Amino acid sequence: MPKEFVETIETKNWRETPEPDNPFAAANCYCCGYDVYDDLLKNASYIDYLYLLFKQQQPTSEQSALLQGLAIALANPGPRDHSVRAAMSAGVGGSTHASAMIAAIAVGAGNLGGSREVFHALEYWQQCQNSLEAWEQLIKQPPELGREDIWLPMEHAPGFDPNGVSCPTPVKQTLAHLADIGKGTHLQWLNANRAALEAYAECPLAFSGVAAAALYDLEFLPEQAEMLFLLLRLPGAAVHSLEQEKLGWRKYPFFANGFKLNP
Amino acid sequence: MPVHSKFEKFEDNWQTSMGGWFPGETVVLRGKDVFKDLNNSSWMEYLLFASTGKESPKIARLMEGMWVICTSFPDPRIWNNRVSALAGTARSTGALAAAASVAVTEATIYGLKPIKGATDFLYRADKRLAKGETLEQIIRAELKQYRSVYGYGRPLVTADERVEPMMEFARSIGCGEGKYIKLAFDVAEYLAASRFKYQINIAAVCAGLLADEGLSPMDFYHMATLAFTAGSMPCFIDASNQQEGCFFPLRTSRLNFTGDETVKHWRV
Repeated sequence: MPKEFVETIETKNWRETPEPDNPFAAANCYCCGYDVYDDLLKNASYIDYLYLLFKQQQPTSEQSALLQGLAIALANPGPRDHSVRAAMSAGVGGSTHASAMIAAIAVGAGNLGGSREVFHALEYWQQCQNSLEAWEQLIKQPPELGREDIWLPMEHAPGFDPNGVSCPTPVKQTLAHLADIGKGTHLQWLNANRAALEAYAECPLAFSGVAAAALYDLEFLPEQAEMLFLLLRLPGAAVHSLEQEKLGWRKYPFFANGFKLNP
Repeated sequence: MPVHSKFEKFEDNWQTSMGGWFPGETVVLRGKDVFKDLNNSSWMEYLLFASTGKESPKIARLMEGMWVICTSFPDPRIWNNRVSALAGTARSTGALAAAASVAVTEATIYGLKPIKGATDFLYRADKRLAKGETLEQIIRAELKQYRSVYGYGRPLVTADERVEPMMEFARSIGCGEGKYIKLAFDVAEYLAASRFKYQINIAAVCAGLLADEGLSPMDFYHMATLAFTAGSMPCFIDASNQQEGCFFPLRTSRLNFTGDETVKHWRV
């Protein structure tokens, strides 16, 4: 190794010791103090390890159950979801499997039902907590961007579905379940005040809103929630893309009669 | 139960004037026949028309100069290019490398945020000047609210070596004398003399030049999205052609662990 100043990657999350015969290979890896391959591998669940990675500590049983429930609820948004459709569009054309994942992430990152919406919803939770008055004010007078950003401004209250009619059954089931198992005050408050919030937003609660409340109960920061939401929704995109790859483009909608080009 | 979703009227009904493909027949873009009306366009003219609706060989040429001079440095250490180099060394594909690098160019300290932000700033500053505010008031307010002015200051180095070549090219095709580019340099003059010592970077220069040609922040953003690919692709190719995995390998000691070294044990 050169003797001059050596640039390093600073981290509080990960420590490695080298193999005796190879300084470029790790013999031991410690994640937030835990030996990954001698301890976590044998003793931790995947969900608990996920929590550890983001929060740098072992979850309580309630936190673990809450994250587990959220992960199941989000794992497959179903083949009609925008992000899953993006992945399937990669699949039917025979694109790389990685491109299907990239497509799902790119489309599932947005302000409508995507991870950016969760980010904003977390900001709303930070600002409003369990105050109906604060929520009413923020929903009715949303913050305005002072200068243009690469993100477009929100067009609806984050966490709610502007195209919804009433709160869909799976959203209500997920909210009720997570509020019950997580013991978190914000999920319980959301469950109790959903109707009032939906009236302010003039549209029903969405999965993004439930996810935001759950992740706020888990004390995730908005940017952590944004990342985890992206991650948790990928399994469905993967399997639906693989399925459509096998079936091929002939069996997948092309909207042959739905495209109208106006002058 | 009555059905009243807002989606019903959109089912199998996508109405557009943007364009489309009529299989086996023709392709239309913004009302023009691609094979008959646009077949002699340069690719940049076509992209400009597709993205903005503007038909201007001059703007397309200006944009092309920007892409060459300002946005495509083939250095694999630059973060967006590094992604392509890593894809190459890890033996991923060129398209995946390009897709990731393009996405990564939507950055804060370089790339698309400053490009869009600088254009937006110049338009806002011009409006406020027209209302009677001074440049100093406008810049101070921007710094107070955002702690930065898009288009000014730069990571790693202070001066931007692209400014002069870009301006030289712009003047060579009849650009570079409009009010927005003048404003961009007026802001630079103020900031250079202030305690911040920020120097103008290429984002403000390009923003000023393109605002003078009537491009909006969104126009510039859409046009610039692919601008960095000629820098990242050679990085991918280079890393692909060298020994696999050898792009800046890191030994374990290159991790500077700053946390608590106490080993913990998982509670089962």
